[in-house]
Amino acid sequence: MRQKYVGQRVKRTEDPRLIQGLGHYVDDIRLPDTLHVAFVRSIYAHARLTRVEVSEALQAPGVVAVYTGRDVEKIGPVPCAGALPDLKVPDHRVLAKDKVYFVGHPIAAVVATDPYLARDAIDLIMVDYEELPVVVDAETAAQDGGAIIHEQFGTNVAYKLTAGEGDIDAAFAGSDHVIKQRIVNQRLAPVAMEGRGVLARYYPGEQELTVWSSTQIPHLLRTQLAIMLGMPENKLRVITPEVGGGFGSKLNVYAEEALLGWISMQTGKPAKWIETRRENMQATIHGRDQIGVIEIGCMNDGTLTGLRYNVIADLGAYHQLLTPAIPTLTGLMLSGCYKIPAIQINVTAVFTNKMATDAYRGAGRPEATYAVERAVDLVAAELGLDVVEVRQRNFPQPDEFPFKTATGLFYDSGNYQAALAKALANADYTKLRAEQAQAREQGRIMGIGISTYVEICALGPSQAMPAGGWESATVRIEPTGAVTVLTGASPHGQGQETSFAQLAADELGVEMDAVTVIHGDTSIVQYGIGTFGSRATAVGGTAVYIAIERLKEKALKIAAHLLGADAASVAFLDGKFTAHGAQNNDAPVSDPGEVPAPIVPMGQDPAGALPEPEADGKHVTMQAVALAAHLAKDLPPDMEPGLSATYFFEPKNFTFPFGTHIAVVEIDRDTGEIKFQRYVAVDDCGKVLNPMLVDGQVHGGIVQALGQALYEEVVYDEQGQLVTGTLMDYAVPRAHMLPWFELDRTETPSPVNPLGVKGVGEAGTIGATPAIVNAVVDALAPFGIRHLDMPLKPETIWRIVNA
Amino acid sequence: MKKLINVNVNGTARSHEVEPRLLLVHYLRDVLNLTGTHVGCETSLCGACTVNVDGQAVKSCTMFAVQADGANVTTIEGLAHDGELHPVQQGFWECHGLQCGYCTPGMIMCAAQLLERNASPSHAEIRHGLEGNLCRCTGYQHIVQAVEYAAKNRG
Repeated sequence: MRQKYVGQRVKRTEDPRLIQGLGHYVDDIRLPDTLHVAFVRSIYAHARLTRVEVSEALQAPGVVAVYTGRDVEKIGPVPCAGALPDLKVPDHRVLAKDKVYFVGHPIAAVVATDPYLARDAIDLIMVDYEELPVVVDAETAAQDGGAIIHEQFGTNVAYKLTAGEGDIDAAFAGSDHVIKQRIVNQRLAPVAMEGRGVLARYYPGEQELTVWSSTQIPHLLRTQLAIMLGMPENKLRVITPEVGGGFGSKLNVYAEEALLGWISMQTGKPAKWIETRRENMQATIHGRDQIGVIEIGCMNDGTLTGLRYNVIADLGAYHQLLTPAIPTLTGLMLSGCYKIPAIQINVTAVFTNKMATDAYRGAGRPEATYAVERAVDLVAAELGLDVVEVRQRNFPQPDEFPFKTATGLFYDSGNYQAALAKALANADYTKLRAEQAQAREQGRIMGIGISTYVEICALGPSQAMPAGGWESATVRIEPTGAVTVLTGASPHGQGQETSFAQLAADELGVEMDAVTVIHGDTSIVQYGIGTFGSRATAVGGTAVYIAIERLKEKALKIAAHLLGADAASVAFLDGKFTAHGAQNNDAPVSDPGEVPAPIVPMGQDPAGALPEPEADGKHVTMQAVALAAHLAKDLPPDMEPGLSATYFFEPKNFTFPFGTHIAVVEIDRDTGEIKFQRYVAVDDCGKVLNPMLVDGQVHGGIVQALGQALYEEVVYDEQGQLVTGTLMDYAVPRAHMLPWFELDRTETPSPVNPLGVKGVGEAGTIGATPAIVNAVVDALAPFGIRHLDMPLKPETIWRIVNA
Repeated sequence: MKKLINVNVNGTARSHEVEPRLLLVHYLRDVLNLTGTHVGCETSLCGACTVNVDGQAVKSCTMFAVQADGANVTTIEGLAHDGELHPVQQGFWECHGLQCGYCTPGMIMCAAQLLERNASPSHAEIRHGLEGNLCRCTGYQHIVQAVEYAAKNRG
């Protein structure tokens, strides 16, 4: 088949509406008589509620209702899908009733006719708090004897977990060196530019509830809301309009989503809540927050022998959807892209008086990659070897795939040497090291950092997922020849409206503008899992591909019937079915590259009449087959009318994209500022549908990694107050802070799916953080520095170079 | 007490009685139903709400509607003319300057005004000019290229 679109830098079909301000995010949807909701949230991290007085607020202009924790007891708890042995699961209600557990914990919901009036009324609600001892520090929380957050458990430890294979103690005993380092992966805020938002509309007559939510998982949300609200799932419709970024923060089910549905049911009117940025910083999930000690064993030649990671994971006060599961992903990825015969992770996951942590872009894997890539640099420093040499020595060879790790995974395919070699060549590594030596002689502080990463993507086989790891697609060809793709994935910036249309257009031999990709509406789209874990293309795209294959099988039978030919003699090429050896061999053969026009002419007489499907005896177009399938007047015997196929793709394994990132930095001796000289990345995400979209994913990922390395940090003070509660205090990278990214790729197809794609949404976030920190540590090596914790602030660096 | 304001928005004269505390962004979004202008932080830090007021790029989340009385305001909806995209809009499309699209209207409005001041900015000048606008998706590199594309194609 000739590919017209796949692999090309096709401009996005999403963009015309978005660049003209014509897209619809939740707050852009206007329904008559909508009520507006605002929340009273806890100003203390840990306190008993002794009084919540709402009477004055109820008298305020525009206020329709005020609800507190006692009013909403019938709404089920906020769900947690992460199942682990002996996991402690607090009862997480949608509004606090007796106690509050973190700053931002919702206490009351004000419902008013206008958002300004709802906000006014918040100040009229009197809340009396009796402060309780606050648990902020995760290491303290892990110890016995302190204050307890959830008293019923008698401990702040939510779970402990040990995983890994091989005899780690024996491995360390037999090593020439064992290096140990405390490593902190600080708490981050996802900061999607659009915060969360919910609009709910209940029709009492039909008993139907529609919830528009800025979410990454419309179907999973519908299921959970049905449970929370106690209503039939098929009376609930979740719609995700445009979603202004997620990064994992909207891979969740939040209290507000259920509450808004319930409020609409109580009031009989549409109800809307649009999260403020302050609420977003306080009460949307955070990411990372692990305090670890890594131990790595090695021989004198740099061969790695074993790795142990003892980690305390700060879960926050409650579990959100996947909170406890995130550290387990860290454990899975501790082999990095190296052969390490013995690996052990010991997780102690604790409750603290903070917002829950959960999946933030990378979700457990950046933590693992960071620890491993820092540890490999520590090995090189200890042994006096080049960081490249240590990495190369421990890579599995390309012919060793599928490669089994001591964490129990089978890496699908890889050529780590090729990506590293390409990155070294693009960066001119040898020359860079010479420049560095020269710079040091001149008294300049230059560093080169390398990260060779592998990540786990295309989540994933259902056995390994809490709520299904497959993805779905329906592809149908309408009577007019228009192609409709319904995907269970829920793209929100990744561009699958374009890339799935590229795929469908190529496979069906039509132009891209004949294809419409629909997603994010549970009443239109078959059940799906959603967009997260770099899965939409590898799992959802494969579902689209296989659905098209099924559709073509049926279409071929119809085509053969229309051509009066044997199905075995009919072939499909570039939008046409052609019978070989059929009669009418002298029929004109049109250019196979020509894409057939839709056969239903618009605006021609007689109005409403559909033409007969055309078959010239030798050729019949897909559009003609679609029309015949719908008219159903001349189909093969017992053939089901219509032309539609649905496929639910269950992957047999994860995919494992990989690559090499190289950061080159210079440190300003006078200010401690880090300046990038180069940033070179070579990523391998398998086959690429649209290189432009892949570049965009990598760019964005690198910048979020760079944010973690240099700028971002969620800070709670010792009282559990959120210090970084606005974008003034929480430093999201801005355009002028960033280097030019020099991207390149290698392409190692994945054997896990027929498209050979692996996924790329999180690669940059996973690969870049250690490259940047390694570069800064490398720069500071002459000052005796072997490790620094993130974010690498100029102040810290200035103190080192000016000590 | 409401106050009468007269504002020319995207070439159309508008007149409304508004509360003095009504923010310009809410006037545009909720009164005029021009929802292309987004709110990202309510504190002037993210730039999602950027519109053009009398030739200046202004963050409309921290300007009152009454302060726009008598002003000419252009929003993202008013940037294209006769169905033809503004060069900055075209640049964002050509260069994949957007992903989720939420920051995009503000980013485009800011970039368009930047090009009014500096017709052929360097990469550093583009980055400096856009530093008041946050994007969490793109990593900005494609945005820089989009603005560069627009500068070359402004005619």
